Amino acid sequence: MKDSQRAPSSHVLLNSSEKRSVIYQLCALILVFLCAYYFTTNMFENIAKRGITTGFSFLNETAGFGISQSLIAYSDSSSNYLDVFVVGLLNTLMVSVIGIIIASILGLLLGIGRLSSNFLISKMSLVYIETFRNIPILLQILFWYNVVLAALPSPRNSLDYLGSVFLNNRGLQLPEPIFESGSLAILIAFLLACVAVIFLSKWAVKRHNLSGEEFPLVKVSLAILILSPLLVYFLSGQPISAEYPILKGFNFQGGLNVLPEFMALVFALSIYAATYIAEAVRAGIQSIAKGQTEAAESLGLKKSIVLRKVILPQALRVIIPPVINQYLNLLKNSSLATAIGYPEIVTLFSGTTLNQVGQAVEIILMTMAVYLTFSILISLLLNWVNAKMEIKGR
Amino acid sequence: MAVYTLKEAQPAPSSNRGLFFWLRENLFSDITNSFFTLLGCYIIYLIVPPLIDWMIIDATWTGTKEEIVKSGARWIFIIEKFDQFMYGFYPEALHWRPNLVLLLCAAFIVAMKYVQHMKIKIAMILLLPVISFILISGGWFGLETVETEQWGGLMLTMIVAAVGIIASFPLGIVLALGRQSHMPIVKSLSVGFIEFVRGVPLITILFMASVVLPLFFQDGIDFDKLLRALIGITLFQSAYIAEVVRGGLQAIPKGQYEAADSLGLGYWQGMILVILPQALKISIPNIVGSFIALFKDTTLVLIIGLFDVLAMVTLTTSDTNWLGFEVEGYVFVTMIYWCICFSMSQYSKSVERKFNTEH
Repeated sequence: MKDSQRAPSSHVLLNSSEKRSVIYQLCALILVFLCAYYFTTNMFENIAKRGITTGFSFLNETAGFGISQSLIAYSDSSSNYLDVFVVGLLNTLMVSVIGIIIASILGLLLGIGRLSSNFLISKMSLVYIETFRNIPILLQILFWYNVVLAALPSPRNSLDYLGSVFLNNRGLQLPEPIFESGSLAILIAFLLACVAVIFLSKWAVKRHNLSGEEFPLVKVSLAILILSPLLVYFLSGQPISAEYPILKGFNFQGGLNVLPEFMALVFALSIYAATYIAEAVRAGIQSIAKGQTEAAESLGLKKSIVLRKVILPQALRVIIPPVINQYLNLLKNSSLATAIGYPEIVTLFSGTTLNQVGQAVEIILMTMAVYLTFSILISLLLNWVNAKMEIKGR
Repeated sequence: MAVYTLKEAQPAPSSNRGLFFWLRENLFSDITNSFFTLLGCYIIYLIVPPLIDWMIIDATWTGTKEEIVKSGARWIFIIEKFDQFMYGFYPEALHWRPNLVLLLCAAFIVAMKYVQHMKIKIAMILLLPVISFILISGGWFGLETVETEQWGGLMLTMIVAAVGIIASFPLGIVLALGRQSHMPIVKSLSVGFIEFVRGVPLITILFMASVVLPLFFQDGIDFDKLLRALIGITLFQSAYIAEVVRGGLQAIPKGQYEAADSLGLGYWQGMILVILPQALKISIPNIVGSFIALFKDTTLVLIIGLFDVLAMVTLTTSDTNWLGFEVEGYVFVTMIYWCICFSMSQYSKSVERKFNTEH
């Protein structure tokens, strides 16, 4: 017994779980720092040996390559790599936003179709979901690009819709709206209509809470949103005209050109994401106990009211978080555009710019930072939504 | 005395049974429903007959390229290039080696079911990857060395997926434990790694692994292209496995942790003997789900220049004798991926049903 009372101090150190955890953490920290030190010293050595410069000064250099689609003014001869970065970022955002809109509509329809009492519709939705979610997204992108869109006719034989929309293997040619002076008034009218709708909906909710009377909010708001800009459009003398694409030589001139890469990417991304959104919608609606529907029906509510006022508010709480996650996934998957050369951030920055400048570390870190920023923003949004939709106890 | 005989139960009235009743209930219950049914029939009519025509009836299965007369799928292309789709540029005389590995894997799965002895099981789990590696890459026991540049096709896809899941598993468990740990530094390191990896697309990690990783090491240390891709994929997958395992760990009731503590088990003993076996078991469906995602993501290695089964489509159709056979190539690869992913997802669903005994 005497021995154990005078245990050596090192034993005491290891036997106390708090001290042990401090030691473990110190070890982990030292290990991480050693690795980081080893990697960075090697990195700087290797970079110096290969004669690559470091730092972000390359962003001010002239890029000197052409980009097939750009939302901001870009010229081959004068724009620098920072412009390339912004062009790529905006293209990523554009393809993601359009993909998200289509995926949401498609996913919602499929999710509802999956729950339909109609045997055929339900099974067809199931087949769609099981087919497209089990095929890699990259394969789908390549299939759309190399098989479906490549099989379209040449510009001379394009598929023609009303003489103003043309589809061929160079993409989709649309009439381009041209905004003349006075179109600002239409925008202002639209914004005012939005504000009016917001106030109207607040008033309608208030009135409903007080008197229980329903107000046809959706119909009235739609009418306001569509009619007021339209009215201003005609009052201000039709300031928006369209420039139609015209076949000149081997290709179309004028109008808006939607790249085939863009179409392939949007199709593949939205078809793929829609399968996951559909599953989220189905799971959300199914998570509502049957008693809720029965209770609402026994109150004498109409079927449409039951869906809108009882089922959906509860189901949305379950549906929205996974759907927002799918939006983030769609944004991340848009990086696969690099396989077909659509000019988004990975293609332009981690591809072309990296090949020209050679500063791999800076360029890849900047690309990753873009996606990390989006994922942080989306998780903040998710937290906000979760907090807002939380069932509030009384 | 009146005698009451038991009457035979009559069949339901004809309006309440049979095919017509089912059709009326499920397809034509009202006008909108009937409309959708007809619409569905029309869509099926638009898609299915042409597809069957193209894939089977009008398809060319035998003969040479010059003899093709039918307008459907020209499967002779796939038959001609089958070996390349499966093995890439792996020397034809050595195809028995990957085949043997496949057989060994099948034998391994059967053996795992029947062998009861734990030590033999662990020995097999450790031996199989070593044997497979030696067989495929060669260089030992008089086997001819096959460089990784020659690996390709479905074989490469399988190797990338298998290494990805096996190597990421222990790493993912450690990260999950780190995230659940009470030590702030360990926890923040794990959280930082997991959230970083999950926040960026796989393609940027693969670029990182193929371009930046070689800069991290001294000149003498060189990775080949495949190894770089494997490192990238393993790091990527381990973050996702960590999140799946964390879900399992959080689902274990607190009493289990306390029970392990009160038995006097240390942290690792408690984790390995009590917590992890339960946590891993309930996360099997999600692990399979994450494995399916990984399997689909292996296609991305073609962007950094490896020849997986999807890259084989571009490669085989650029053969001047077989130009313009992309459709058949893509459809074939699609079917491979679909079959594998679909059967895995069905497996995961069946496991989920088996565990879900409470309701």
